Amino acid sequence: MNIVVCVKQVPDTTEVKIDPVTNTLIRQGVPSIVNPFDKNAVEAALQLKEKHGGKVTVLSMGPGQAKDALKECLAMGADEAILVTDRAFGGADTLATSYTLAAAINKIGNFDMVLCGKQAIDGDTAQVGPEIAEHLGIAQVTYAAKVDFDGEVVRVEREHEDGYEVLEVKLPVVITTVKSINEPRYPTVKGTMKANRAQIAEWTKADLVVEEPRLGLKGSPTQVRKIFTPKARTQGLLINKDTAREAVAELIAKLTEAKIV
Amino acid sequence: MAVKVIKDQCISCGACVSSCPFGAIIMQDDKAEITDACTACGACVDTCPVKTIIREEEKKEVAMDKNEYKNVWVFIEVAEGTPRNVSLELLGEGRKLADAMGQKLAGVLIGDGVEGLAKDIFANGADQVYLVESAELKHYSTDGYTGVLTDLIHTYKPSVILLGATNDGRDLGPRVACRVGTGLTADCTDLGIDAETGLVAWTRPAFGGNIMATILCPDHRPQMGTVRPSVFKKPQPDSTKSGEIIRVASKVNPKDIRTKLVEVIKVCTASCNLEEAEIIVSGGRGMCKPENFSLIEELANVLGGAVGASRAAVDAGWKPALHQVGQTGKTVGPKIYFACGISGAIQHIAGMSSSDIIIAINKDADAPIFRMADYGIVGDVMEVLPILTEEFKKIKQG
Repeated sequence: MNIVVCVKQVPDTTEVKIDPVTNTLIRQGVPSIVNPFDKNAVEAALQLKEKHGGKVTVLSMGPGQAKDALKECLAMGADEAILVTDRAFGGADTLATSYTLAAAINKIGNFDMVLCGKQAIDGDTAQVGPEIAEHLGIAQVTYAAKVDFDGEVVRVEREHEDGYEVLEVKLPVVITTVKSINEPRYPTVKGTMKANRAQIAEWTKADLVVEEPRLGLKGSPTQVRKIFTPKARTQGLLINKDTAREAVAELIAKLTEAKIV
Repeated sequence: MAVKVIKDQCISCGACVSSCPFGAIIMQDDKAEITDACTACGACVDTCPVKTIIREEEKKEVAMDKNEYKNVWVFIEVAEGTPRNVSLELLGEGRKLADAMGQKLAGVLIGDGVEGLAKDIFANGADQVYLVESAELKHYSTDGYTGVLTDLIHTYKPSVILLGATNDGRDLGPRVACRVGTGLTADCTDLGIDAETGLVAWTRPAFGGNIMATILCPDHRPQMGTVRPSVFKKPQPDSTKSGEIIRVASKVNPKDIRTKLVEVIKVCTASCNLEEAEIIVSGGRGMCKPENFSLIEELANVLGGAVGASRAAVDAGWKPALHQVGQTGKTVGPKIYFACGISGAIQHIAGMSSSDIIIAINKDADAPIFRMADYGIVGDVMEVLPILTEEFKKIKQG
């Protein structure tokens, strides 16, 4: 089974801090990581490959430094990595991003499955996976918590508000993964050394069959109107009493006073 | 739009570099340089002390006749024969948008044998219901529902479509937006009308809730967005209201549906429907062992709320992943969120900081969770929870 895994390099949003004076994001010193859900997608791809053979290609769109993310995936065991990078791709929203990635997947060709993390932790849109599926004109299953393949049919447990749906689908298919699907492996020393030596292909817009107006900021129907920092939550009432009963009584009194209960 | 730096006026202060949420500005030869990561959000424009960064409107070829597109639609998600709460919340918000735009509000009802729900949709504010019924639409499927919704869009040309940011809503929204070639804003927590343009202003958190972004879709129609459940209040239903049912035949061929639903595994009842819960009681590492989660469940039960868990509790195997709140779990926004024995790691906070009221119980008075909780009790959760449950029981009976 030939699998393409789409990964994104993201700032570790848990390390992002807000400048208390200017109330803006401090990005300096924030490490770039492989989007955590994408690592689950890579792990799922590697497990399928181990069972059914084939090849795992990791694909990313971004600036040159996104190669670090691809290297980490190679170190985990992916066979090949491709970075699509071009100034013309900059500022893309999900529609333009998925259009570009789908063009790259078509260029890779001969794929059976595309795996993506359910969403990226910087944008949290969860839209690129389904939009890739639409551009490619193939089936999709989102929020996969389990993926099995019997040689013909893919069986997916799809996370749902009330539990799971078990869906069956034939290849080719785009599947997006949630965290509980697996525990991503750590790269081995050997894998890391191999990844460091690996050549990562770089494709620009000239390498893809794309229409220029559908790329990047130009090809993005949505526009950011403004960015602002949400009103920070502040500490409220802290109840510190000798006994739990007193503390609860105080809480209930305050909640009643504020008409919350 | 494009952001530009007027280079000869740049004073090399670097203020814009740190203001950029996307890390898209660098200092090159002592002048600010905008790189390709720029999304033209304009954060730097406001920061520049000498007003040397400007945002220019770029002429775009008009893709479609926007005036042809009218009215606000809400996709009605049906679960077990009733509309999900978020769909009703969106009818309330959709009503406000439609009134502000001087247009109609319609519910889009897709399923099998769902006509009876139309009266609820009218009662919650819709003027019209687009009704598409067919046996193969009984359960949600990406292909079936995308086909139906896209056909409706092409025929009736709505200006705005709201969907709940549920798993199905976030599966359907991007597929439809991509097929019709329009913009979609994900998981919005605020909606409004942009005063300057009259467009829908979609506001959503990004970067783990560290920043908020307001998004517009100026040149494409319909303007689409998914909206986070429980952010808005459900409207007060008025059962005397009625409206027009527009019945549309489904063009979906069963063989177009490429996924086959073979089983629905209901893991949990209301207790794990965190997305739609008005009250969530969550437990973390401080619960110490899985048995103690029964204290969480009892309180949730008395309050009619859902049960949440921190990543630590899920990783320890105390609760299934479906209950996880936080960056790698679910993002929730209930009216009241109880954090019990949860220290408040930033990853957890990213998933619950939009709750209306946060009540924290923790034995460590310095736990970060207290810095953002509206009410905090310093104490042992194992002692506090049973008493709290008992007191709420009394209030309920009272």
